[in-house]
Amino acid sequence: MEGFPAREKVEAMCKERTTSRREFLRNCVAGAVAINTAGQSTPSFPGRAVAPPARSRVSIARDPLLRGAPRRETGSSQGGNRVDPTRILVLLDQAVHGIINAGDPSGAWTKAVRPGQRVGLKVNTLGGRGLSTNVLLVEAICERLREAGIKASDIVIWDRDSEELERAGFRIRSGGNQVQCYGTDRVGYSDYLASFGSVGSRLSKILIERCDVLINVPVLKDHDGAGVTIALKNMYGVIHNPNKYHPDGCNPYIADVNALPELRCRLRLHICDATTACFEGGPGFKPQFAWRANTLIVSTDPVALDYSGWQMIERKRAAEGLKTLTAEGRAPNYIATAADARHRLGNNDPRRITVVETQVA
Amino acid sequence: MIPERSSCGISETQDCAGKNEASCALRGEQLPARWPLDRRSFLLKAASLGMAGGACQILQPLRAMPGWAEPARENDARFIVEARFYRKLANKKIKCKLCPRECVVGDRERGYCGVRENRGGVYYSLVHSRVCAAHVDPVEKKPLFHYLPGSLAFSLATAGCNVNCKFCQNWDISQARPEQIPAEYIPPKRVAELAAQWKCPTIAYTYSEPVVFSEFLMDAADAGHEAGIRSVVISNGYIQEEALRAAYGKMDAVKIDLKAFSESYYQKVVVGELKPVLDTLVTLRKMGKWTEIVYLVVPTLNDSDAEFNGLARWVKGNLGIDVPLHFIQFHPDYLLKNLPITPVSTLERARRIAMAEGLHFVYIGNVPGHPAENTYCPQCKHLLVERAGFEIRQMLIRKDACPFCKRKIPGVWHA
Ligand code: SF4
Repeated sequence: MEGFPAREKVEAMCKERTTSRREFLRNCVAGAVAINTAGQSTPSFPGRAVAPPARSRVSIARDPLLRGAPRRETGSSQGGNRVDPTRILVLLDQAVHGIINAGDPSGAWTKAVRPGQRVGLKVNTLGGRGLSTNVLLVEAICERLREAGIKASDIVIWDRDSEELERAGFRIRSGGNQVQCYGTDRVGYSDYLASFGSVGSRLSKILIERCDVLINVPVLKDHDGAGVTIALKNMYGVIHNPNKYHPDGCNPYIADVNALPELRCRLRLHICDATTACFEGGPGFKPQFAWRANTLIVSTDPVALDYSGWQMIERKRAAEGLKTLTAEGRAPNYIATAADARHRLGNNDPRRITVVETQVA
Repeated sequence: MIPERSSCGISETQDCAGKNEASCALRGEQLPARWPLDRRSFLLKAASLGMAGGACQILQPLRAMPGWAEPARENDARFIVEARFYRKLANKKIKCKLCPRECVVGDRERGYCGVRENRGGVYYSLVHSRVCAAHVDPVEKKPLFHYLPGSLAFSLATAGCNVNCKFCQNWDISQARPEQIPAEYIPPKRVAELAAQWKCPTIAYTYSEPVVFSEFLMDAADAGHEAGIRSVVISNGYIQEEALRAAYGKMDAVKIDLKAFSESYYQKVVVGELKPVLDTLVTLRKMGKWTEIVYLVVPTLNDSDAEFNGLARWVKGNLGIDVPLHFIQFHPDYLLKNLPITPVSTLERARRIAMAEGLHFVYIGNVPGHPAENTYCPQCKHLLVERAGFEIRQMLIRKDACPFCKRKIPGVWHA
């Protein structure tokens, strides 16, 4: 059973509050090497010099009743578009359980985070209310983080822009003993430039000043340029200049962004929201292409997760009578780049990916 | 003498002081309503971009002048005007026709330059009158050597650029979105007023990439001309012909950064294309615009004899031998910090090759005091304009001609 990365080492790598940036980056690389040699029980946690794990695990959990029982006549859910808050918590637990075997739900989370840590939840809110990370899912994650001992005020839900967060249904809040929620527009970007490969970017100060651990909560979407946007591409919301990295199907830029040490050191878990996904016409919300998949996809390996998510989108496209993304000339080649020897961000070879599919009873 | 910072890579000798200082430490504090834009940051930015010895003297009175410009507010409607060059597509998408990149932009998304946004199928510029840097510079800093020597240019920029040069020295504004950097509201009429106030016969659009703020540039040029003030643009020339004719048609002189003479360099180092830039130069020639060319010589990347030869031959064949060509020294910055400063001998080699090809006005830049900063008569070889950095020591051209042999010296020499 795969677990989380060696937490102490990762934490040591990310103690930038007490170290200079130079030291921090040096630690990232050194720490990454240490993880790599730490033994079989340690799964790969991204670090510049780390090889991807021999096998990656992706958990895909579904709940056909997430929005209530389907109506007889129409086949649509009785609950309409709204997700049941109790069921989504169960779905989250089931999805996380697929990659971390712990006795109880909050036990799984204590393997990912520990009290005193500041945890960022990077959501995706570009698609407005129709196609953004579900607020109830994020609340469920917060609930489990609190049970794992994370103080409410040490949790920050964030994306690029506060207005976009609000449009997606999040309430902006800061200060006090509550979960924080705001966009990078409130605090700005690092003064320095982080670079890897072809990318040179400033990073959100929420990431570098406010997060010891980052949990990525993207949405499963088609993307007119990149092919798909799932876990890896969601990291474009961390940099100040994503507009510069859309040519050539975002390849190799998405892989380069994810290889930035500051990001890699903090990324712990990816929880892809496919409660409502999109199989065509993305990344914006178009009701005709929205797809209530009632699914969560969880992994510690964003490459394996993206590969699996891409396959889900292809299956849905086939079912809808659409051409494959490859046939449309927009296969997400950046996924393979993220897995290559230069980036080593994870596995894109299906033979190295264990997919655990479950359904909520 | 402190050379100018320019996105084309003209050297700087100090760090940018104008990085956003408005960041807020969050721990336990209430957040500001928006990332604040303060006047001090703006002026620091302006100072960092100007940086000439005389620049601060010029800025001081600006600081003391209340209400010279209004601070920008986030998402300020005053900055947002419909873009002039684009086509509407199905599904609320648009295709931008301003530069050759031709971004296809979905609803609520932005183009590559980051300063143009599709809102419901209508494309908008977000940077009209949104000035993130303003300064009074000698025109020699642009550099324009054959244009009103010794005069001042009221120089300004907005955020954004349509390429991403790995050596950019102004990356903090050129590669930023407008909301990420402090800016002030300076509408076209106010630009003209400020230029007049500071005794600048010219407004210069510079520092970032004026292509991406074409609408503002056009309106400011009109306002300037109404007030008797000229306009010049310092640009990468990566622009479509229709927009070029409309926008740069309003300019009184143009400086184009020809960043290399190879497509592969443009692809890898600039993230653009060479061919459209060459087309721009030819079109400007046809339009009769006074044009000077800058070539930033980057060690090992664009400094071969073959490239210098090819460049000189192309200029001679397509633009003529009287076009000023400036070979500029590279200083490491942004994503190209691993390369050394260009040796002066390399610049001299480039100049020798270009002159051997027959070009008359080939300069060396960023090397203050070098004799190749001066203008010499191509016929009698007399010194005509003596420069030391941005200072004009002697200006002997009379009635657009050499006073010794009467040969015409091309340029815009007198107001
Ligand atoms: S001006 Fe900007 S939006 Fe328009 S094509 Fe060029 S980079 Fe794209």
